[in-house]
This record gives sequence, structure tokens and C-alpha cells, in this order.
Amino acid sequence: MPPILFWFLATLSVVSALGVVLQRNPVHCLLALVLTLLAIAVLFIGQGAVVVGFLQAIVYAGAIMVLFLFVIWLLNLPVVTGSTGRLAAKLLGAVGVAALLAELEVFWVPSHLQVKAAQHAAGYGAIDALSQTLFSEYLIAFEVTSVLLLVAVVGAVALARRTTDAEVQSQAGNSSRTEKAA
Amino acid sequence: MNVEFAALSLILVFPALGVLFNLFLGPRLGRSAVNVVGPGVMFVAFAVATWAFLSILAMPAGSALYCPLWRWLEAGKFHVELGLRVDALSGVMVMIVTGVGAFIHLYSVGYMAHDEDYARFFTYLNLFAFSMLILVLADNLVMMFVGWEGVGLCSYLLIAFWYTNPEFAYNGRKAFIVNRIGDAGFLLGIFTILATLAHHGVWSLNFVEMQAHADMFDVTAATAAGLLLFLGATGKSAQIPLYVWLPDAMVGPTPVSALIHAATMVTAGVYMIARMNFLYVLAPDAMAVVATIGGLTAFFAGTIAIVQPDIKKVLAYSTISQLGYMFLGVGSGFFAAGIFHVMTHAFFKGLLFLCAGSVIHGMGGEQDMNKMGALRHKMPITFWTMLIATLAISAVPGFSGYFSKDLILEGAYESGHFWLWLLGAITAGITGFYMFRLIFMTFFGESRVEPDKMHHLHESPPVMTIPLIVLAVLSAIGGYVGLPEGLLWGDAFAKFLSPVVGNFKPAVEASPAMLSLVATSLGMLGILLAYIFYLRMPGLPMILAWRLKGLYELLLEKYRIDELYNLLITRPLFFISDYILNRGIDQTLIDGTANGAGLAVESSGEVARRAEDGNVQHYAFVYLLGVIAIVGYYLYLVVK
Amino acid sequence: MVQLSWLMELSAAIFAIGVAGFLSRRNILVMFMSIELMLNAVNLAFVSLGSRMGTMDGQVIVFFVMTVAAAEAAVGLAIIISIFRNRETVNADDLTLLKW
Repeated sequence: MPPILFWFLATLSVVSALGVVLQRNPVHCLLALVLTLLAIAVLFIGQGAVVVGFLQAIVYAGAIMVLFLFVIWLLNLPVVTGSTGRLAAKLLGAVGVAALLAELEVFWVPSHLQVKAAQHAAGYGAIDALSQTLFSEYLIAFEVTSVLLLVAVVGAVALARRTTDAEVQSQAGNSSRTEKAA
Repeated sequence: MNVEFAALSLILVFPALGVLFNLFLGPRLGRSAVNVVGPGVMFVAFAVATWAFLSILAMPAGSALYCPLWRWLEAGKFHVELGLRVDALSGVMVMIVTGVGAFIHLYSVGYMAHDEDYARFFTYLNLFAFSMLILVLADNLVMMFVGWEGVGLCSYLLIAFWYTNPEFAYNGRKAFIVNRIGDAGFLLGIFTILATLAHHGVWSLNFVEMQAHADMFDVTAATAAGLLLFLGATGKSAQIPLYVWLPDAMVGPTPVSALIHAATMVTAGVYMIARMNFLYVLAPDAMAVVATIGGLTAFFAGTIAIVQPDIKKVLAYSTISQLGYMFLGVGSGFFAAGIFHVMTHAFFKGLLFLCAGSVIHGMGGEQDMNKMGALRHKMPITFWTMLIATLAISAVPGFSGYFSKDLILEGAYESGHFWLWLLGAITAGITGFYMFRLIFMTFFGESRVEPDKMHHLHESPPVMTIPLIVLAVLSAIGGYVGLPEGLLWGDAFAKFLSPVVGNFKPAVEASPAMLSLVATSLGMLGILLAYIFYLRMPGLPMILAWRLKGLYELLLEKYRIDELYNLLITRPLFFISDYILNRGIDQTLIDGTANGAGLAVESSGEVARRAEDGNVQHYAFVYLLGVIAIVGYYLYLVVK
Repeated sequence: MVQLSWLMELSAAIFAIGVAGFLSRRNILVMFMSIELMLNAVNLAFVSLGSRMGTMDGQVIVFFVMTVAAAEAAVGLAIIISIFRNRETVNADDLTLLKW
């Protein structure tokens, strides 16, 4: 992957990541996030991970972000004026983040990481290679993940469905009790 | 020669059985059962004791009967084997305790006839006898101390017998606590003795073994041990400074006063010193202290007795005074004289208390002599027996007290204590005075009895008067075992005891007849003065009291020693206990630390819980700090 | 040629931005998006390292991460909807029940 492409994509992803964090309107944040995801997807493909890159674009940017968008529209939030967060929290967060960044930088400075790339095998990043590894070494993880998805589906449906009046009553009773205890 | 005599244990077993019976079965089986068992076990013990004593008499001089029991304590090389021993000294004591004790038990049947708590009374009385017999029959110092403690406990139980009265309960506690102070001294004395002996490799506190190794004691050790043991004796036998409990102990039932505070427990101190004579002869300074305190106490207590209106208080101070004589005797080195006076005193003082009890019983509870008078017609047996006892205690020639007191004064003079002898002689006069004051005020003169008590007045029933008669006979003739040398079988008592307590060696030559004459004439003078004051010119005491008001009140208030102790000792002790120990240390320090620890946890928890405010972002920030730390750690590993 | 360290630094930068966003924004939907940013930064790191090593492991892990992120997003958004229905707010400062 030519360096110039990398720098372009890197700048794009950083700028849009900042956009996610700094924009006021949640929808704008979402759009910036989609842009970041797409930039990263291209970076994946540039590294030779073609399948994963496409999956990133299709599944992540395509499905998950759309889901986010649906929820934002569903909630129909009024646009909030004023600051997006407390200044003290932002400063403190900035300091912490800077510290983390500095540490991580130190890791990558040493020269032993400037090694030559290993030669990619033929068909590296193709669906064959992916499924070979996936279904042999990571089979159990694969099966468990499928159960996880099932659980997630059930949980999401259970949490988000409209509750009946009786359930609202008992919920109200529970939450008021917990509030009293707190 | 030493002979094993297993029946000795019966002397202890029977009173113990009495305790158990009266404690558990007494209330259920009723008064008659208790009235038989209580005195009964004592008479059985007396029978066995007599048998043992007669056996001793039949054996050569210096013989003893022994009965080993079991090994009680063992700690390294130190061991205590319990065992009983009857030699001449303990033989005399055990006869006194069981004999006089048995008759006093019998008397109590009548005295306590109207009391509902008879079972408890006889339980305690038997328990006392049991403990006293342990003390007397013990063959080693530790076992003696067990009995010593036991009689102290029973004294407390019996003084505070009618415990629902707070004053009585207080007096019981007072007796116990004052005793305890003496007991501390006793224990320290035992430790000193053991330390000295152990230093030379001997680890036994058996009397015979200690006597065999008496040469291991140097003067300092012997003096220290002697004085410490004597401190215990001042507590138990009511000498200066620890006598203050005895007059207040008179709130107990009168048989208790007779048995414990006249005949037996209070003589334990004298017995102990006679037992340890081999130690005391090595410490002349300690003996001098014993004799001096004895003489001073005798005089001091006598002066208080001459003004007391309560009949039992007069007898109480008289007991303290007579005990002083006993210590004067043993302190002069004449151990046999002290023990002789123990015996005669048991007879006449026990009798005096029983008679006083009879008077009080007949008077329906009145104890103030100012409210008595002319009782001799209403209570003849009591009168005659009390008169005999008074003659004995006043050392009128021919009665038992005369011989024993004379022997003591002789010992005092001949051991070189001239001033103590003089003090003792003067006290003899004082004794005659206050004792006959008691007789005249109670039995003679005009009747000052209150009308409502007048028709209640009666002589006591036989169960009470028989012991009076028995003791009266003994008070009259009991002294003849110790006649002066040269007369008939002369000095048999001292000779009998000499293998155990040694012979008395006079330091100063004197004529016993002269000494006796001085003492006796002073005694007669006292009786004469009492006659004048209380029969001839009854108004005289009051005029004198009014004229010498300060002195009179000082004596009446018993020199305010109790108040002095209260000021110097009790109140500072309470102050320290309350302010320093209770509030200072206990509440502030200890409770403060314990509560403070809890409080610290609680308040730090209050502070710490504010970190968990429910704000997820705050939690995430802490999480971030953790991540930074972990990454930093890996960084550290890489950089190394 | 693209150096590994550049890629890793990029990944670190996006991760840091995600953390900063999570800590400073009040709207929980935006907080959730910051979490997604962090996950993607990690994905980038995995792929880059896997590529450098020449194995497929990195890509398989990214595969799993994506799956789990999807499940997590579904459940998380369901929770947000539920909270919104009960409390009418998506402001993180008002949702402070996770305490003593």
C-alpha cells in the first residue's frame, strides 16, 4: 500500500473520529463514525485483509450504524444547546488520554518494529484462508459466538418491547423501592 | 514416733457430709433433720478427735498421727502432697475446734429456732468447721492456707447471714476484704519461704520437712517471711492494723460470733505462728514486732471496751484484746503460753458470747446494756455461767484464765519486754473493769428493761443452757493443766507441747509469784472500780464521761480508726478506681479505641462511598487510570 | 512502504479519541459511538499485526470482535430505548442509580 494512500486514510479517520467526539448533533456524530469505519475498512483491504475489510463496510458501517441511526430517530431527541459535557471532565479526560497515548507511543518507537513485512502466502486474506483458520483453530469460539448472538437477540427483544400495564406497575414499584433505598 | 491413722480423715469427712446434707437435703427434710445432722456431725468429729488425742497421750512424747491424702499440686520440682497430721499442737487445736464447736452447733439449734433459714445456717456452720479443721490438721503450709481462705469465706457468709440488711452485707464484705489484705501478706510469706528453701534445693512446704531444713534460713529471709506471715495473722486474728472488721462482725448471729470470732478462726493466726516456731526463733526482730503489736493491741482494744454500750461490742473488743495477749505470748518466745491462752479463751470467750446470745434471746433482740439490768433473777443459769466466764477472763486466781494469762505475762517479763509486761498488767486491770462493768450493768442494779420486753424475758431452753454449763465447767477447771511449775503436776501443758514448739528460755530472771501478784492485784483493782462505778455510785460514770468529754467520745468512737482508714485508703482507692481506671482508662482509652476503630471505619467509609456516585463516566475514568497503570507496567518490562 | 509503527500509532490515536469521547460526552448514544470507535481502533491493530506476521489469526479475531460488537450494540441500544421509555432522558448525568 503506497504511503501516500495511508497518510490520506489516516488523516481522514482521525479527523472523522474527532468529528464523532466533538459534534453536537448525534446524527452528525453518527455520520462521522460511518466515515471513520469506511476509512478503516480501506486500511484493512490495503493490508491484505480483503474479506474483513468488506465485512467491516457491509456489517459494521452498513448494519450496525444503521441500527444506531434507527434508534436515534426513534427516540426523537430534541437538539441540545449548550455544552456537550462538563469542562472539568473534558480536561481530565484529555489529560488521561494524553497519558495513555504517550505510553502507547513509547511502545512503538523502538527499532525492532521496523521490520520487513513477512511474505504473504498466496490467497492471504481471501475467504478460503479465513474459513480455514476459523473452522479449525477457532471452532469452539465460533460455536460459542453463535450462542452469544442468540442470547443477544433474545435480550434485545426482551428489553426493547413495549411492556404491558401490569408490568409497568410492578416495575414502577420496584424502581421506587430502589430509589427509596438509595 | 509417727503412726499412720487413717481415721483422721473422718474428722474432715463428717463436717463435709454435714455441708452436703444441709445444703441439698436440709430444706426438703425439714428443721428436725437439720437440727440433728448439723451438730451431730460435729459430735462425731469430736469423738474421732478425742480418740486421736488419747492415742497421742498414750504414745511417747513428740509422737504424731498422720494420714496422707493425695498429691495435689505439681509444677516442676515443686509439689504439694495433702495430708493430715495430729501432734501435740494440732491435737490441742482439733480438740478445741471440734469440742467447743460441737457445743456451739448444739446451742445454735435453740438460738436459730425462729429463723426460717436454718438449713443455710448449718450448711455454712459445718462448712466453717470443715475449713477450720483443714487449717488445723494440715501438714503443710499450702494446705493450711486453703483452710485459712476457707474460714475467711465462711466468716463472710455468716457475718452477712441476714444479707437483706445492707449494713450487715457491708460488714460481711468489710471482713472479707480486710482479711484479704492480710492474706496477701500470708501468700508473700509463703513465697519467701519457698524461694529461700528452693534456693538450697528443697521444694517442699511440709512442716516437718521445713523444720528439718530450718538451717537454710538466714536472718533476713526468716524475718521477712515471719513478718509477712504475721501480716496475714493480723488480718485473721484482728490485731493492729487489720482488726477493724471484728467489731462490725457482731451483726452476725451470736453463735457465729462465739464460734468464729472468739473460739476458733481468730486464733488461727496464733496457731500459725506456733506451728512456724522454728522459723520465728531464727528472727528475733520479727518476734519483737509480734510481741509489741500484741501488747499494744491488747491495751488499745481494752480502752475502747470500757465505754461501749452494746454487749456484743464489749465482747468483740475484749476478744481483740485477749488475742493481743496471745500474740504477746508467742512473740516472747513462749509459744506454749500463747496456745494455752487460746484454749482457755475458747472456753470463756465462747461461753461469754453464748451467754450474751442467751441474754439477747431472752431480751427479744435488745443488745444495749443501758436497757438491761437486774436480769439475774430472770435468767439464773445464764447469770451464773456468765459470771464464771467473767471470773475466768478477769484472771481471778483459780479460774482457767488466771493460769494462762499469768503464764503469758511471765513470758513477756522474762524475755526482756518489761514495758510490754507492764502494758499487759495494766490491761489486766482494764479487762477486769470492763468485764465486771458488763456483769453489773446486765445482771445487777435496777432494771432498765423496756416494759414491752419485760414480759418476754425468760431463761433459754436446755438446748442452749447445756452448752453454757459445759463451757462454764471448762472455764473453771480448764486451766489446771497448766499449773505453775512446782505445783502438783506443774506445767503439764507446756511440757506436752514442748516437742513441737520448743521450750521457753527466760532471758531475765524473775519470781513468778511476784509477777502474778502485780497482775492479779491490778485485776482486782479493776473489778473493784467497776463495782464502785456501776453498783455503788451509778451516777459516777455519767459525770466522769461528761467531765472528760473529749476522751470519752474518742473512746466511744473507737479512736475513729475506721474513719481514718476510710480517709487514707478507701476514698483514694475509690477515686483512683473511678476517675483514673474507670473513666480514664476504661472508658476513654479502651472503649475509645474500640469504638474509635469502628468510627474510623465508618467515617472513612462515608468518605470513600462518595467515589461511587453512579456516574458511569467517573467509573470509566478510574478504569482508564487502571489501564494506564497496566500498560505502564508492560512498558516497564519492555524498557528493562 | 507503510511501517507497522505508523499503523499502531494510528490505532492508538483513534483509541485515545474514543476514550476522550466516552469520558466527556453526556449523551449516552454518543458515548456508545465512542465505544464503537475504540473497538475499531483495536480491530485495526489486530489486522495490522496479523498482516505483519503473515498469519490469518488477526483477521479471525477481528471477525469475532465484529460479531460481538454487533450483539453488544443490539443489546445496548435496547437498554437505551428501555431507559428512555422509563426516564425520558438520555443524559448520563441523570442516570446515576449504579451506586450505593
